[in-house]
Formats: sequence, C-alpha cells, structure tokens
Amino acid sequence: MKFSESWLREWVNPQVSQQELIEQITMAGLEVDEVAPVAGEFSGVVVGHVVECGPHPDAEKLQVTKIDVGQDELLDIVCGAKNCRKDLKVAVATIGAVLPGNFKIKKAKLRGVPSFGMLCSEAELGLADEAPGIIELPADAPIGQDIRQYLNLDDVAIEVDLTPNRADCLSIQGIAREVGVLNNHDLTPVEVNPVAASIDAAVSIELKAEQACAKYAGRIIKGVDVSKASPLWLVEKLRRSGIRSIDPIVDVTNLVMLELGQPMHAFDLQQVEGGIVVRLANDGEKLTLLDGQEISLKADSLVIADQSKALALAGIFGGKDSGVTESTQDILLESAFFAPDFMMGKARQYGLHTDSSHRFERGVDPSIQLQAIERATQLILDICGGEAAQVSTAEVASALPQAKKVTLRAAKLKSKLGIEIADDTVTEMLTRLGLTVEKTEAGWNAVVPGYRFDISIEEDLIEEVARIYGYNNIPMQRPVAQLNMSAKPEAVKSLDYAKNCLVNLGYQEAITYSFVDPKKQDALHNNAQALVLPHPISADMSAMRLSCLAGLLGAVVYNANRQQSRLQLFESGLIFTPDKDAENGIRQTRVLAGAITGLRHGEHWTLEKRPVDFYDIKGDVEALLQQIDNKAEYEFKIESHSALHPGQSAAIYKNSQYLGFIGAVHPEVAKKIGLKPKTFVFELLTNVLLTSQVPAAQAISKFPSNRRDLAFVVDKSVQVGKVLSEIKKVGGNQLVELNLFDVYQGEGIAADKISYAIALTLQAVEKTLEEKEISAIVDKVVEHLNAQFGATLRD
Amino acid sequence: MNLDAIVAAAELAIKEANDLAALDDIRVQYLGKKGLFTEQMKTLGKLPPEEKPKAGQAINQAKQQVQALLNDKRDAFQQAELDKKLAQESVDITLPGRAAHAGGLHPVSKTIQRVESFFADLGFQTRVGPEVEDDWHNFDALNIPDNHPARADHDTFYFNPKLVLRTQTSGVQIRTMEAEQPPLRIISPGRVYRNDYDQTHTPMFHQVEGLLVDKDVTFAQLKGILFDFLQFFFEEELEVRFRPSFFPFTEPSAEVDVKTKDGNWLEILGCGMVHPNVLKGVNIDPEQYTGFAFGIGVERLTMLRYGVSDLRSFFENDVRFLKQFN
Repeated sequence: MKFSESWLREWVNPQVSQQELIEQITMAGLEVDEVAPVAGEFSGVVVGHVVECGPHPDAEKLQVTKIDVGQDELLDIVCGAKNCRKDLKVAVATIGAVLPGNFKIKKAKLRGVPSFGMLCSEAELGLADEAPGIIELPADAPIGQDIRQYLNLDDVAIEVDLTPNRADCLSIQGIAREVGVLNNHDLTPVEVNPVAASIDAAVSIELKAEQACAKYAGRIIKGVDVSKASPLWLVEKLRRSGIRSIDPIVDVTNLVMLELGQPMHAFDLQQVEGGIVVRLANDGEKLTLLDGQEISLKADSLVIADQSKALALAGIFGGKDSGVTESTQDILLESAFFAPDFMMGKARQYGLHTDSSHRFERGVDPSIQLQAIERATQLILDICGGEAAQVSTAEVASALPQAKKVTLRAAKLKSKLGIEIADDTVTEMLTRLGLTVEKTEAGWNAVVPGYRFDISIEEDLIEEVARIYGYNNIPMQRPVAQLNMSAKPEAVKSLDYAKNCLVNLGYQEAITYSFVDPKKQDALHNNAQALVLPHPISADMSAMRLSCLAGLLGAVVYNANRQQSRLQLFESGLIFTPDKDAENGIRQTRVLAGAITGLRHGEHWTLEKRPVDFYDIKGDVEALLQQIDNKAEYEFKIESHSALHPGQSAAIYKNSQYLGFIGAVHPEVAKKIGLKPKTFVFELLTNVLLTSQVPAAQAISKFPSNRRDLAFVVDKSVQVGKVLSEIKKVGGNQLVELNLFDVYQGEGIAADKISYAIALTLQAVEKTLEEKEISAIVDKVVEHLNAQFGATLRD
Repeated sequence: MNLDAIVAAAELAIKEANDLAALDDIRVQYLGKKGLFTEQMKTLGKLPPEEKPKAGQAINQAKQQVQALLNDKRDAFQQAELDKKLAQESVDITLPGRAAHAGGLHPVSKTIQRVESFFADLGFQTRVGPEVEDDWHNFDALNIPDNHPARADHDTFYFNPKLVLRTQTSGVQIRTMEAEQPPLRIISPGRVYRNDYDQTHTPMFHQVEGLLVDKDVTFAQLKGILFDFLQFFFEEELEVRFRPSFFPFTEPSAEVDVKTKDGNWLEILGCGMVHPNVLKGVNIDPEQYTGFAFGIGVERLTMLRYGVSDLRSFFENDVRFLKQFN
C-alpha cells in the first residue's frame, strides 16, 4: 500500500512530524518500506502561460514561444516539445532555476535564437520516469505561482509493506484509523452523501453463489463523457500511490479503492444484456480479459455475467468486451462484497494478481459497498457529467460475515504479555480500533468491526492491545523453567565432533546448494532417479542431490578456476533418495562428504612435493574413523560406484554395515562435469559413522612384549587387507599389535609377486612368553597364510 | 717443597692445561697414588706426634684446594664442549614448521554452533527435521491453510501440491510437539528454501528455530531472552527493536530489528507467542500451556557479525573467503 503523506493528513492530522509519523506506522506493525519524495529536488519553476508559439526559423523540431510568468515582460523560450501550443498553461523553469540533478537553467541560444528558460516535462521535474511532452497544467492554474506550491510537491510517498492479516489497512481510511488510534486523534473522513437519482434505470441483480458473493450494488450512469480529463488532484493522488491515470472512470474507481478500500468496476452498459448474474463459471467457459488474454474458466471461479455470457472474473479482472472504452456513453458501476474464504487462491489459478484480487482475498469491509458507490458516482458526475440512476442492490444478509464477538480476560492478557495494563486503557484502545466494547467483571466482551477479518479469538485482542501499547514498552523478563536434565548417550558422537576432526585434518567446510545440475548428477550417478523441482530457479539448480559430489566437485572447479589448486573440502547435509517406503516417498539421509585435490602439502622447504593419491584420502578417512570409534571393525571393499575410478575406489563397511564410499573421481565422469584436477572423494552416512562404544577397560600386561618381523611374498592380486585379517584371526589373544611396515616389489621378487613386511607384536597378560610359544604362533601364521594365499617367507 | 709451592705449581699447571687429558695428567701427578700429596703424607711419620695433626690437616687442605681447582677446570671444559655441541645443533627457528594442515568451519556453521551453545546453556535441545517436507508440517499445522495469502508470500518450491522444500524450520516445532509433551525447549538449525535469487536472496539459506512451551510463558520473557541473546551474540550493546508483525503460527508476533553501524534497522529474526491453533493441532491445551517461538536468519546474523557484504559469497565456497573465518 502506497500513499502520500498529504493524503493521509487530509484524513488524520496529529501534531507529529513526518519522521514520527513514519516511526509510529512502522511500530504499529505496518512496516514502512520506503519514504520517497513525490518529485525531484528543484526550485525556480513557476506556472506560465504560452502567449505566443511559432516555428523556429532554423530548426524544424523547435518552437519559439513567448511565456507569461507574471513578470513585467514576457519570456522568450525555445521549446522542443510537440505538445507546446498557444494558450497552454505550462511549468516554466526560469533563469536561475535548479532542476533535479543540480541542473542550472541559464540564458541560452538554441540554433541562434535566445532562450530565457525552459518549459518542463514531468520527467524533467522528477514526477515521472519518462514523459511524452511538456506538462499541461489546468487552464485555471495561477500564472507565476511556484510549481512546488501549486502541485503541493513538498510531500512524500509512503510505501507500507502490509502483512496479509491487515487487509483493513489497504486504504487511506484504514491507515488513518491506525494513526488515529496511536495518537488518540479523531479522523476527518471524506464526506460522502447519497447522490439523488436523476433518471430511473434499475439493473436486475441475481446472486447465484451467495457463499461467494452475498452483496452486490450496481448503478447505472447515463451520458458520461469519458473523453474528459481527470482533474489534476485525482491524477496526482493516484500517481503518488503508484497508479497511472487511465481515464476518468478507471481513475475514480481506483481512487475509491485507495480511499475506502472497496475495489470497484465499471461496465459499458451497452454490452450488458439484461441484468447482472453473479454465478460460478461453467467449466471451460471463455472470457477475454481487459488486457486481451483469453482464459478458459474453471468451474469454481466466480464470474459477473449477464443473461448470456460472463462479463468479468469477479473481484479479479474485468472483461474486455464489457469494459469502458472511448465510445462508452452509459456505464454500470459495480460495488460488491466477495468473500475472502472463497477468493483465496482464485486469481493465482490464472496467474493473475490485481489490486482488486489482493484486497478481496484478504477481506473487504462488507458494510462499505454503498458508501463506495455513492462516492464514485459523485466523482464521475463531477468529472464526466451524466445522469445517475438509483443504486440497485442484492444482498443475502445471512450469507454475509456476521459480527464476531470476542471475549478478552484480563487475567489472560496479563499472563500472556507478562504485564498489567490498566482496564480503562484497554477499553479505550479497543474502542478506538473500532470495536464495540463492554467491560465485564473478568475482562471485556468486544464486537469486531467488519473490516477486521483478522480478529476472531482472544489472542487477536491481546495482540491488538500489545501493539497499541507498544511492543517496546513491554518490559524484558527472563523465562523461569524447571531444570530438566536430558540424556546424552556417550556412545553417540556429535556431528560437530566429526566436523571438527576433519577440520583438524586440514579440511575446509563448504556449503553447497541442495539442488544441483541434473546433467552433472546424471554423469555422477549414472542417470539414477532423483527428485526434481518442477519450477527451479534455473535448470542447473533443479535436481535434489543424490550425494554431495556434484556440489563439492563444483566447488573444486570453482576454486581451481581461481588458482586455488590445493583443496581439502568437506560438507555435511542431507541427500535425497527417492524411496517409496520412506516418509513422503523420499529418504533424507545425512552424510559427511569430502574432496581433496592438488599437492598433499603446500610447497614447502622440507616436505615432498607430490599430488594427493588414494592413500591420502584413505588416511584422512581412517583418522576420522579412529577418532570417532577405534573399536569398530572397518573394511574397505571393492564395490563399483558410477562416479569413481574402478581401480581406486572402495565401499567402506563398519562392523559389516555400509558406511560410505571413497575413491578417485572416474576420469570419464570428471570430463563430463568439467573437473580437470585429479580429485578424490569420500561420503559417509552419519548415522553409521557417529555410533561408537563406551570403553571397557582391560588390564595392561606387566610382561614384556616380543616383536617378530615377517616378510611375506604373495601374488600381486592378493589384497593385503585380507592377509592382515587372516593373521589377526589365527594370531589369537596374544597378538596384540599388527603393523604393515614395508611393501616391496622388484629385484629378488618375481614380477607378479609382491612382498609385505609385517611386524607382529606378541604379549601375554599373565606371563612372559617363552621362545617356543612365540615360535608356535609365528609358525601357525606362516602356515595359515601359505595355505590361504600361497604366501611364502621372503629369503 | 712446601705446600704453598705445591699448590701454586698445581694451580699454574691447571690453568695452562688445554684439555681433559692434560687435566687428568695433573690429577695423577698431584693426587694420584704416587702423587705429590701422597709423598707429603709419607713425611708425616717423621714429625713428632704433637705436630702430626696440624701438619696432616694442612696437607689435606692443600689437597682439597687442588682438587677443587681441578673440578672447576673440568666443569669448564665440559661446559665448553656442551656449548660447542649445542651451537652445532642450532637451527633457524624462523624457517616454517612442518605443520599439519589447518582447516576450518564454514562461517554459517560457526554461527549455528554459537547460537546452539547460548541456548543449550538454557536447556534447549537441538532437533533437526527433513528438508523435503509435506505441506502439513510446513503450512497447515502452522496455521497456514491452503490458499492462505501467507503461502504465496513464501515463494515456495513445490514438488507437487502436497510436497515442498521447507520454507522455514518451524515444521520441526510441529514434529517435536507431535512426539513430546511440554515442558519443551528446543532449538532447530537447518537449511530452508525460497524461490528467490538476487543480491539479497539466495534460494537456500539457514534458520535456527527456537521453541519453548511451558506454563506461564510470557511475551515479556520472549523479549528478554532474545534481547540477551543478541547482546551476547554480538558482544556489544546493540539497539534492538521489537516490531509488530504477522506470522500465522504465532500471536502476538514480532520481527526483531537491530540497528546497524550505518544507522539502518536490519531485520534479523521473527518471533511470537505460539498460536493456540498450533498447540491445539498437536493436542497441547493452550489454556494450560503457552509458549514462544522464534526463527533466526543465520546468514543475516553472520553477515552482521563478521562484516560480510554479499550473501551469495556464503555458497560460492571460495576457499579464500572461507579461510578468513578459521
């Protein structure tokens, strides 16, 4: 809702400054979004009269004028506007005037003809963004008067961002009512008197959908002259409210809407066959709207129709065929109540949103229709002339909103707000807000006025009292509550803990969008089905992610393009997997994912300079796993993943439960997603990752341990992980530590073989192991590995 | 040779000794089994008994004197040797260390952790919820029925009329109250989504939802807790205002603005007393219990706290930007 300060002050004019007024409005819950001057900053512009206007001797497009600005002599001014003509009243920037942008008017010569000033357009004075020609002032504009004064331009346009509950403030009347309450100040509403009928022409009105429309007022006005111009005050009021002047009929209906909050419509009476029928549309019925688009009506839409056809989409948009045109002589004015419950969402079904639908959806005062139609009639007669008939109305009183009665308990008011407000103060606030208030022993019984659709329960009244009392006047207290301790399972580590582990390993946290480019995701996930947004911000942000890969690798590319080549990134968040067994058909799983690329270490005087490889990311993941739960069994298994290099990737299992994946990005996939640097990734399910075990302490052996180093030679195809787990299996309790400390291939070993040097640390709890016991274990291990893998001891 | 002369000679020899070996030779020469002092002791036998103790004492004193001189010199040699060894081992301590890499949390995470920690101290437990949400939890249960104009204001991402990307973390309130009975104190951080993208809007951002439901909870308490939070979060005296607003799921409702350094009010959170319809919807008796709820805009808070000027930089993940917050 946008309006000018001066218009508001016509309705209510408390002794507060502009700044105070704006502060008051904002702090009443009507947030002021913008306060803008209604004109540019200028001075020295006065009303002038074009006494002479003739062609320029040397320039086709220029005219030479003599202008009377009330001084002793006429001013010679050269003007380029086509609409400049003799006898016009114009806005004259005289010598010394300063126009917006600090543009100073000086004596000038245009193509050899001297010019002592400039005739201004609306754009040049900051009244409009563009203008076709110079301003044409009314004939009675007083010559020589300052334009700022004449047009009352020292005014501001106030734009209020209204919340959807405050439909009552979608009018000057509503805003004025609030300002009146805040200042305990009476209103001076515009005077509206019934216009006596000068012709007899009733229109029949049939309400066929009373739940949607229970009140409809119509009035015929004959012989209107639509070619008349809207008066300057009307055009300016509309302009300052952000509405362009169209023709006097539209302008008047718009003005009444802004002034009283009642959207209105005018039909060309010639196009209305028989009477008005307010009915639901027939499914598929066609209607061409005022803007020319033809819509196919839905059966749950309300239309204003005549005997044969739909004329308008009720409360939303007029129809083209029944609209007022230049040739219109007789009109039918409409002022109706359309129920908000019914209207909600109706405009949106057609992709429409109008000032009218905006108001009807939120609620228009059901008692204001007659006042509005009288006000509009008077203005139309004043501007366009014509003869008005009596108002015809149809009403189903029982279907109209009934006055709501709401009880407010003083005790509830106090307990909800935490303060005590004097009874009389509450009574006065509610009364000024337009409620009919009756004080009772326990509090108040209030009857809510028709324009307050948002008040229907006790809390609504509590909010009104708090609002008017001023939120800032309510003291600050502290909640008082029971101290309830809560469970904190020790074996469940927090996600923050895991994130901090990664930070300590050098990872930087990223946050990427949950929706990704479906093309990239298809490349990474082999066209797996994803949840897709039908109306995304853009096509490359339309698929809900199936993993963090698309986002993280996108971040790698983004940074690589900015010379940031050594990266360790991680992200945590939900991934979205279609799953008909999950709630709402979508499984939402929290994961912790990472990506590394570039050199393992930044260039350093003593550290080796080498690119990261599989074992770097595996080491990072192992460090993370060990910090969270070092008692679990972790297994890295070959398992293919569409995004990963088949020879450098693994699935990770924790105690035989799937935990996630790790590996190098598949080179073909990398090409498809524009990823150049060799990158390694992991992604882990947090619910599996973060479980651990509460420690159960064991006695530490007091006896010395023994270490035996064994070098096994096996086929290269043998996974050393399996070798190690077999050693653990046969090593028994006395094998307390197992460490692979060297891997060797080359001289002395067959080409298809590999040697693993493994240290076994043996120790017993109850005694020092004897040599023969140690040998027995070692022999058992050697024999078992030989049997399992054909492993031999290296010579 | 009298004792003084022996000591003087020893002192001179010790002084001139160049290394530990020379020093050891001197030790043998004077203090050894066949050394000068042993010889001196042998002369004691020739003295009359009454002179023996005094003479013996004198010899011992002289011997100790020499021993002390030897010890001092030996210590000096050892110290010098150590000094030399240490000097050889010294490194340039200004060379960079072989450090582990340092990573860091995203500034949005840092803010969320700080918010959580303030409220955790007051017994608010963290809860999380789904981001693909049904319209019941995102709208209906929050007193936003179908076609309510507030729905249109949300710029919602719809998958279908019943399924959305959550526009607010408030749905977690509902999920919590459906499962648990008051008293309740929860905080719920997470991603939310709105179909809007420009300089001041990203289609995804973060909120922290807070909810307290108990007996005798008041609007004045809501003001107090949020005021305290803002002062502690920003660690400075900020001007804060509570401005009446509208959220279908709270009443009275307020938006909270803080005054920025350039003198403008910046909206950073919405709050209010839980609407009785919301409580009734989850079978909590609004006559018995009241509550307040608030939703904090995490990015706004982070921008204000650290002086970030472009919202979009949070999701570009430029490591040069991110590392500033480590």
